[in-house]
Amino acid sequence: MTTNGWLQIFLFYSIILVATKPIGLYMARVFEGERTWLDPILCPIERLIYKLTGVDATEEMPWTVYGMAMLAFSLVSMLVLYLIERTQAWLPWNPQHLPNVPAALALNTAASFTTNTNWQAYTPETTMSYLTQMAGLAYHNFTSAALGMAVALVLIRGISRREHKTLGNFWVDMTRATLWVLLPGALVLALALVSQGVIQNFRPYDTAKLVQPQPATQTTPAITTQTIAQGPVASQEAIKELGTNGGGFFNANSAHPFENPTPLTNFLEMLAIFLIPAGFTATLGRLTGSPRHGWAVFAAMAVLFFAGLTTAYWAESQPNPLLHTVDQRASKLQAGGNMEGKEVRFGIVNSALFATVTTDTSCGAVNSMHDSFMPLGGLVPLTNMLLGEVIFGGVGAGLYGMVIFVVLAVFIAGLMVGRTPEYLGKKIESYDVKMAMLYILIFPLIILSFAAASVLLPNLGLSSLNNAGPHGLSEILYAYTSATGNNGSAFAGLNANTNWYNLTLAFAMLAGRFLMIVPVLAIAGNLAGKRYTPPSVGTFPVTTPLFTVLLVGVILIVGALTFFPVLSLGPVLEHLLLRAGHSF
Amino acid sequence: MQKLLIISLRYTLVTTLLLGLGYPMLVTLIAQHVWKDQANGQLIVQNGTILGSHWIGQPFSGPSYFHSRPSAAGNGYDATASGGSNWSPSSQKLVDRISASVKNEQTDTAGGPVPIDLVTASASGLDPDITPAAAEYQASRVAQARGLPLNQVEALIQKNVTEREFGLLGERRVNVLQLNLALDQMQAHP
Repeated sequence: MTTNGWLQIFLFYSIILVATKPIGLYMARVFEGERTWLDPILCPIERLIYKLTGVDATEEMPWTVYGMAMLAFSLVSMLVLYLIERTQAWLPWNPQHLPNVPAALALNTAASFTTNTNWQAYTPETTMSYLTQMAGLAYHNFTSAALGMAVALVLIRGISRREHKTLGNFWVDMTRATLWVLLPGALVLALALVSQGVIQNFRPYDTAKLVQPQPATQTTPAITTQTIAQGPVASQEAIKELGTNGGGFFNANSAHPFENPTPLTNFLEMLAIFLIPAGFTATLGRLTGSPRHGWAVFAAMAVLFFAGLTTAYWAESQPNPLLHTVDQRASKLQAGGNMEGKEVRFGIVNSALFATVTTDTSCGAVNSMHDSFMPLGGLVPLTNMLLGEVIFGGVGAGLYGMVIFVVLAVFIAGLMVGRTPEYLGKKIESYDVKMAMLYILIFPLIILSFAAASVLLPNLGLSSLNNAGPHGLSEILYAYTSATGNNGSAFAGLNANTNWYNLTLAFAMLAGRFLMIVPVLAIAGNLAGKRYTPPSVGTFPVTTPLFTVLLVGVILIVGALTFFPVLSLGPVLEHLLLRAGHSF
Repeated sequence: MQKLLIISLRYTLVTTLLLGLGYPMLVTLIAQHVWKDQANGQLIVQNGTILGSHWIGQPFSGPSYFHSRPSAAGNGYDATASGGSNWSPSSQKLVDRISASVKNEQTDTAGGPVPIDLVTASASGLDPDITPAAAEYQASRVAQARGLPLNQVEALIQKNVTEREFGLLGERRVNVLQLNLALDQMQAHP
């Protein structure tokens, strides 16, 4: 760990801290339908969209109708993506003449992008046409992010509205999230990225004549040329980070020099991942009339962020004890540490920071290969996801996940003093806690059942492994965690392009998204109908450091109780054996 | 429900036009006008032949060129199959591959511990850079093979070091393709 490394981290965190309030308040204005400076351009587009789609923008929906609209849209847009994939060979913008995507893979990918997961069981540069990437995949980067924001907003409205039956209009929330937040942000970021070297074109792949042609060896044929994959990358890269989607235009994702050529692009991409989720804490504070509650939630997220980051940064700076006659020390001339699966321009600190940021949120873009992290370094992204991706979290998804933990924390505080718990003027009753527990229990149920099944099925589950020993278990666990948490990053050695993994992971992604959103909407609907209960001396305040500590405690205890056993058999065991000099 | 499905379909089609086609087209239009070179991959062209991209690494072997890092992309630096080895630190395959790389790098030079980046595969398999440590480690071998004075090669490395952005972001690095092209050019036009 170096001074320069900590300075980069400090700068990153400072910008997020400063930007949280303005972004959060801007989003609050957008979703309340107040005036913003973009209105003159965007209001006509908004009206045009409602006109062309037949949406009645004045209709207010109860949570059940809101949920049905969300499911209907997800189903239809997912089928459209599936169709594009299955017919891409006959559609335009396919200069490499890539064939139609096979059914199981197309289904997995459609589920993956509809659920904001962006799990990729394929190599994009040899599988997906430019049209599929733009109109199919990047399109869902917008809508799945907007959908997450809409659900978060419904939950906030549930808290702030009193004796209300309705929670807003799904189509309006989707449209405003897209037009006012995601689209302008993506446009600015895409152009900034292009100016630094991220490509944006529709060229067929270029062929370069190698400067030094390579003769054939025992294992490889002679290599004289290099085919350079091209494409409209920057536009996709921007929304991929801003919408915490994470699906790479290329297989190497944000490690690929065309997606992320310089430390500056890397810095911008990391900021883009965190900005909206961090801003949502301020939106929560503003719309519930308790800005200090927003900051108390932000503080809990920040504590968990630094805990994970410090662990990952420390672990990756360590030398691999199995290697000899190599220089792994940090110096003026090199970053040292564990460089397998990392890029020189990012070194240790930016790889550890990116890995933390991308798994705190539900992004899943990677600029280094998590599979090759030291055991405790790889434990960090895995744990971040297992805690429910509430450390800033996915756009919208992080906030509603966190509020569920808040409900649980308030409930536990109420139990301790023996009073009916209240949260920002709403009594938390049996129905709310049941729904919150449903949200919390669905998650490990999916992950652990499928991981256990894969371990027990040698021909289906184990045959896909890239690593033996405890790391093999980590690969399987990571896959189902990433899918269920809608993250999309991977211990990418696992060959997930098999029928077993394509289908089970598709199910995990859909269930991890929609089965978990339904209880959130139900809580929102139930809270909105309640009367306002003014705070009394017995009310546990949700604006204090004590609350932040309780919230962090609840998140860690729920995560630890559920997942410690399996983590001890995976990364922890691998760490101990590696220290003892074992290899597999 | 039927009404919701019909609105969903119309909404998907209309917003696909805007977000799936309009938005990338607009970015492309601006990019191709304002940052044409960057938008097309900063290709290095000599006498009408594409030699590579500034951003994409290439394989080099033998004593007379600076070596890039080992690559897990296809058969090595395959820019249609980007990716890493995804071997864990406790993987015996990883230890064996690194030992072989160490041997390969050491036979050509004075020995001594090899900088870690020079024997580990990058995340993309296309890493264009090596650390200044890895470049200096190879300097004497390259100088000897080309019959150049060592200080001239070392000066060339210094000239090709990319510093941290704003003196802060990222790591110091050397673009291998650029360095090797500069090396060839220096010998062609001394």
